[in-house]
Amino acid sequence: MERPLTQHITFPPLGLRQYEAVGGYQAARKAIRHMQPQEVTALVKDSNMKGRGGAGFSTGMKWSFVPMNVQGPKYLICNADEMEPGTFKDRWLLEGNPHQLIEGMIVAAYAIQATESFVFMRWAYKVAAEEIRKAIQEAYDAGYLGKNILGTGYSLEMHLHTGVGRYMCGEETALLNSLEGKRATPRSKPPFPQVSGLFGKPTIVNNVETLCYIPHIVNKGADWFQKLSLTADGGTKIYGVSGHVKNPGAWELPMGITLRELIEEHAGGMQDGYRFRGVLPGGASTDFLVEEHMDIQLDFAGVAAAGSRLGTGTMIVLDDQTCPVGFVHNLEHFFAQESCGFCTPCREGLPWTEKLLWAIEQGRGRMEDLELLESQTRLLGPGNTFCALAPGAMEPLQSALKYFREDFERHIKEEGCPYNHHHHHLHSTGHEHLHR
Amino acid sequence: MNIYIDNKKYEIKEGKNLLEACLQLGLNLPYFCWHPALGSVGACRQCAIKLYKDEDDTKGRLVMGCMEPVRENVRISLEDSDAKGFREQVIGWLMTNHPHDCAVCDEGGSCHLQDMTVMAGHNYRDYRFTKRTYNNQDLGPFLNHEMNRCIQCYRCVRYYKDYAGGKDLDVFAAHNHVYFGRCGDGKLESEFSGNLAEVCPTGVFTDKTLQSHYTRKWDLTYAPSICQGCSLGCNVSAGERYGTLRQIANRYNGEVNGYFLCDRGRYGYEFVNSQQRIYEPAIRPHSNGTVNKEHIIEVVAEKIKKGKVIGIGSPRASLESNFALKQLVGTDNFYLGMSDSDHDHTGLALKILKEGPVRTPSLHEMEQADAVLILGEDITNTAPLMALAVRQAARQQPIHDTEQQLHLAPWQDAPMREAIQDKKGPLFILNTFPTKLDELATAIHRGAPDNLARIAFALAAKLGADITPVSDLHEDEKELVTRMADALMAAKSSLIIAGYGSGCDHFMKAAANISWALQQQGRTPMLSLTLPECNSLGLEILGGHRLDSAIDVVKQGEADTIIILENDLYRRADEHVIDEMFKHAKEVILVDHLYNQTAEKATVILPAGTFAEADGTLVNNEGRAQRFFQVFVPKGSVQESWRWFLQIADKAIIPRLNGLQNLDDIIWAMCVAVPFLEKVQQIAPHADFRINGQKIPRESHRYSGRTANLAKENVSEPKPSDDIDTPLSFTMEGYRGEPPAPLIPYFWSPGWNSVQSVNKYQTEIGGHLHGGDPGLRLLEPHVNGKPHYFREAPDHFVPIPGHVQVMPMYNIFGSEELSMYTKGIAQSSQDFFCMYMNPEDMHQWGVSPGIWVSFDVDHHTYQMVAVPNHWLPRGIAALNAGLPKSKIIDLPQCIRLCGSESLHIAR
Amino acid sequence: MLSTVEKEQIEHEIRQVPVKKAACIEALKIVQEHRRWVSDEGIQDVADILEMSPAEVDSVATFYNLIFRQPVGRHIILLCDSISCYVMGLNALHEELVSILGIKYGQTTEDGRFTLLPNPCLGTCDHAPALMVDHDLYRDLRPESIANILEKYT
Repeated sequence: MERPLTQHITFPPLGLRQYEAVGGYQAARKAIRHMQPQEVTALVKDSNMKGRGGAGFSTGMKWSFVPMNVQGPKYLICNADEMEPGTFKDRWLLEGNPHQLIEGMIVAAYAIQATESFVFMRWAYKVAAEEIRKAIQEAYDAGYLGKNILGTGYSLEMHLHTGVGRYMCGEETALLNSLEGKRATPRSKPPFPQVSGLFGKPTIVNNVETLCYIPHIVNKGADWFQKLSLTADGGTKIYGVSGHVKNPGAWELPMGITLRELIEEHAGGMQDGYRFRGVLPGGASTDFLVEEHMDIQLDFAGVAAAGSRLGTGTMIVLDDQTCPVGFVHNLEHFFAQESCGFCTPCREGLPWTEKLLWAIEQGRGRMEDLELLESQTRLLGPGNTFCALAPGAMEPLQSALKYFREDFERHIKEEGCPYNHHHHHLHSTGHEHLHR
Repeated sequence: MNIYIDNKKYEIKEGKNLLEACLQLGLNLPYFCWHPALGSVGACRQCAIKLYKDEDDTKGRLVMGCMEPVRENVRISLEDSDAKGFREQVIGWLMTNHPHDCAVCDEGGSCHLQDMTVMAGHNYRDYRFTKRTYNNQDLGPFLNHEMNRCIQCYRCVRYYKDYAGGKDLDVFAAHNHVYFGRCGDGKLESEFSGNLAEVCPTGVFTDKTLQSHYTRKWDLTYAPSICQGCSLGCNVSAGERYGTLRQIANRYNGEVNGYFLCDRGRYGYEFVNSQQRIYEPAIRPHSNGTVNKEHIIEVVAEKIKKGKVIGIGSPRASLESNFALKQLVGTDNFYLGMSDSDHDHTGLALKILKEGPVRTPSLHEMEQADAVLILGEDITNTAPLMALAVRQAARQQPIHDTEQQLHLAPWQDAPMREAIQDKKGPLFILNTFPTKLDELATAIHRGAPDNLARIAFALAAKLGADITPVSDLHEDEKELVTRMADALMAAKSSLIIAGYGSGCDHFMKAAANISWALQQQGRTPMLSLTLPECNSLGLEILGGHRLDSAIDVVKQGEADTIIILENDLYRRADEHVIDEMFKHAKEVILVDHLYNQTAEKATVILPAGTFAEADGTLVNNEGRAQRFFQVFVPKGSVQESWRWFLQIADKAIIPRLNGLQNLDDIIWAMCVAVPFLEKVQQIAPHADFRINGQKIPRESHRYSGRTANLAKENVSEPKPSDDIDTPLSFTMEGYRGEPPAPLIPYFWSPGWNSVQSVNKYQTEIGGHLHGGDPGLRLLEPHVNGKPHYFREAPDHFVPIPGHVQVMPMYNIFGSEELSMYTKGIAQSSQDFFCMYMNPEDMHQWGVSPGIWVSFDVDHHTYQMVAVPNHWLPRGIAALNAGLPKSKIIDLPQCIRLCGSESLHIAR
Repeated sequence: MLSTVEKEQIEHEIRQVPVKKAACIEALKIVQEHRRWVSDEGIQDVADILEMSPAEVDSVATFYNLIFRQPVGRHIILLCDSISCYVMGLNALHEELVSILGIKYGQTTEDGRFTLLPNPCLGTCDHAPALMVDHDLYRDLRPESIANILEKYT
């Protein structure tokens, strides 16, 4: 089985010469020297690759919206702000093969004729930042970045920006504001960043995994990409599993393997003494899948059909020893904390939701609280809020209310948490606001 | 285009969003973060509606009305249960943290949040946990800060930062801890901070001066009024209770001030309640107490009959009062109570606007300009709201470009700003000192006023004005001239601004030349000239002699009785000059409202009504005649100055004023005497105007306590006062529907208690009021006339050894007389009276910083502290103009340095 | 006052971006790197060099949770409090930290050695629970291992 994304991952990663020795930068040479920018875009469009950041939008389509005939700078940005709880796939790619990403970015930048590019990386990825920084320098030294790349006249600058926290930065328009040195609040779309993005210029923001795939598609073609997959969504995908499984980790597997295969084979099944109750298939902001979904195919359509989202493809398993109310409370605390505070439903609705869940978890819940929670999941739905943060936050909650309702009711009836575990009292971070 | 709302067909103009469309159609759709002047950002999610794909779509999807453009045949629903439920929940969310303190909140009764809560139908709270709390900040004398009430609509920062260019208010922290305020305690720096009280949809930012004598909106007696603070004539609603003026609120005028006022205008009203007010007539030195009103009229009539009388008018008094005085004393004996320099500037402006071919714009039109040139004028300080308009104009060109490139509408505020970033349209500023608008400028040039004016003349010549060429410009100045010429020629609608502020009239001439030349080139420029006071232009139109000739006439004994209208002459000429005049006068009869330096010299004092106690007409710098109406019946013998004059004329049997009784009479007489003012008769309905036989009430139908207000004096309720001059009544009785625009005392509509109810009064959101905005323009350009250019540029400025040319420096807080009676404004003023000088001059003439220096002014020696200011060119000095007790008034003037204490010590 | 090094580093960042303001976050990071936190004076300094108002800089500074606007200890402990760590034993880890350090989230030990902060997902969920001390990541933690880890930081 081919594992194009991860086959050359090593720790420490390959240096530039070693990367070249395994075929690295061939795609960059091919694209810049022998292909028109539009051809690159068309190829990626043909491959039908869907973005690996979570939303699953066609990458080639996204690129094709960039106006090609405008004056002034254009930007390509790699979203390496991996902050979706339960998600750790991009770290692997960043630390394990930085040149693969840089090559992908060069090709992508060429396709949209970007003049500048940024890697926007979260603060916590210290090792990854160091590797990327080193690799960018190597790429400059080898003439893959900077002025007149490979003597073709195409020039591209690349910078690494490390963030200072905030989940919002992973939202592509909030990321743009953050790169402009502003508060990471989202922007309204339209206009889309492809037309008016960083500093008001055409901009493409792609996920790490997405960009890492680009060299391989350029080298081996759209058909090859399609055939890697078991389903209509092409390629391989990095899947991950965390929680009380025997072998937590991440694997590059054909798109469309089943949930059962992933959890039972690759993750080794549940640890002894733990029973599977459910799983968030694509990070904290996706709906639970439960036992009945074990045989669905893990691609964008398959997971959607089961009422959830493939998201980042990194799963968090809920076991029978963990309180689902506490579990969901932890998630809602996270989302409430990470709300940027711009739109009303998210800013006010999430803390309320969190407080309701905490009251239930602590035995102060009321039956009507469940109706309130349900109404919040509807009212904080897609389209009602400014960005996707709050609707994402509602996905695990709405499905928890559906699949684990008896747990919620028991908390209320028994005036306490039936699971024998200590409560971790979550605090707001304390340092983030002024002394007011 | 056609749109369908709840299956009903409506017609609406293109280019709007659906929220605006609904409001314009009179439908009630609640909102918070959207503001007609600030556009849409989609933060509050309150204006949710259902949007349907087509006629067959029954499900639809929820969208925010403010974020969706109007499209042909678009189908939406306000009544859809999902949309209604969501709107109710938005209030529910806000109420999880908003305190239930309406009863003790200053905003209560005029609170947009209250109105929207009722409108959205959110009656019961489901939230049972603790509310978030904040510490508040001391924001200075104008605004309270109560952050717990905040609903995080972001309007305050969007207005203060993005719209008004403020730097010291921002949003801090994140999620539901977001905080709107300053870095720490301290007065808000923006001159337009007071608007926060109206921009804020609830009680976070409220009017601190109102709080000091707090009254609910429904308990105030309001009248439509005009700001007296500068020459722009912003429309205000003035509110009174218990005989004191308590609040100035914005009164929307689509052509003039729109939604905003400056802080001088909003807070400068406290003089009306001042301890210095004159309430009773006095004959002095014999009586300092009360004199019977009938008696004093007889006394004054007698004095007029016997004496050789002159009248001195006032640019801060109404047309009617000035006209009445002019008629009382006779045209030949009427003098304009302006300083000679103000008179020169105003006369020049009138000539330019009356005879020239270029139109002078309204403030609203200025906002649309796509290239601006400001000549020698610090408009933030001399015409504050014009600076706010220029701030918007500086964005016009990039907005136009972005509209075309990205197909965005200007109301799409956030994407527009993100696309535009820091781009600005052309704005050129030639000024001796830095101004707050410099930060927006394409280019700035500094120097002595005459030298700057030379550059402006060179620009006019470059644009083809038929004038004497200006030679000897530096290379960089020539290059600047070329840049400015190119930008102005390229603009669709350029704006040239000059005014009185530098004391140098060459700027107005140059501005006229430039705009005329542009017009001759087939462009459509606008020319705006600032003027010193609220009725400078009106007084100039009425006409009269110069103040210095009044002084001569009295000194030479040709006149012995001076009647002074609402004027402290010590602010019009240097102290020794006025002292000299009063020494020669037998009688000084003052009609004014405040006991000032002139009042000290008066032999007879008659108490005049302030703008809040009188009706009258003012003409702003645009030539727009606007009516202000009496708010309340004043204490004591106070009445309109023009009424005093009519009553005196009646006793003294002056045929010119014979038989005139009320406001309509005097306006009629004025329009007959001065045909140029004829339109003044039409700016507001006459006193006999009625709707359904009813007057327009100054009070709301909720006005409380009128049977109890005076009960401590007498249990029987007194008969309400009649208003014989206007169609307004002093009570809550009258027609409750919408009055004609010039007669709107305050904005209110059922369900809309806050000032946001103005939506209901507009033909188009953010457009004109129903029936047209109040006020009528008296001046229109001679479009086909050939311009008579001002041919000669001033000479290059050359310093005179041992002398300085002193120019005025105007301040929004401090330079205007009446607003300084407001404590907060006096506190904010630069009240340190000193002489700013070029540091090298100081060194050369042995003047040490911070030491008393003597100056010879017209053979009188004055002492002042000299302060170095490196912006001043050699030979130029500056004084803060208009400060109380200023000794040197007539600016600019050349004065001799006669030494400093340090020199004495050295000797 | 910014040090010469801080100034040089900030000037370098300014050169990377089309408008000075865009270097705001980088400038705050630089000041924090040198001083551990950003004081009011630091905000003013950054505002001056970027030609922004202090309010505008503070608006950005207070938005991001990893810009510290209050003094912090010599070492920052960031305990991952997100979902995988929650499932895998965050509570016990937190209790151990609290009992060793005697401080709550947001507090600094009396000796100024440690500040304890919760932090959303550190992206190492397959090795949960995890925490970071300064730049060092610790994974697959058990409460027993905490004391040893802290010993390394003086």
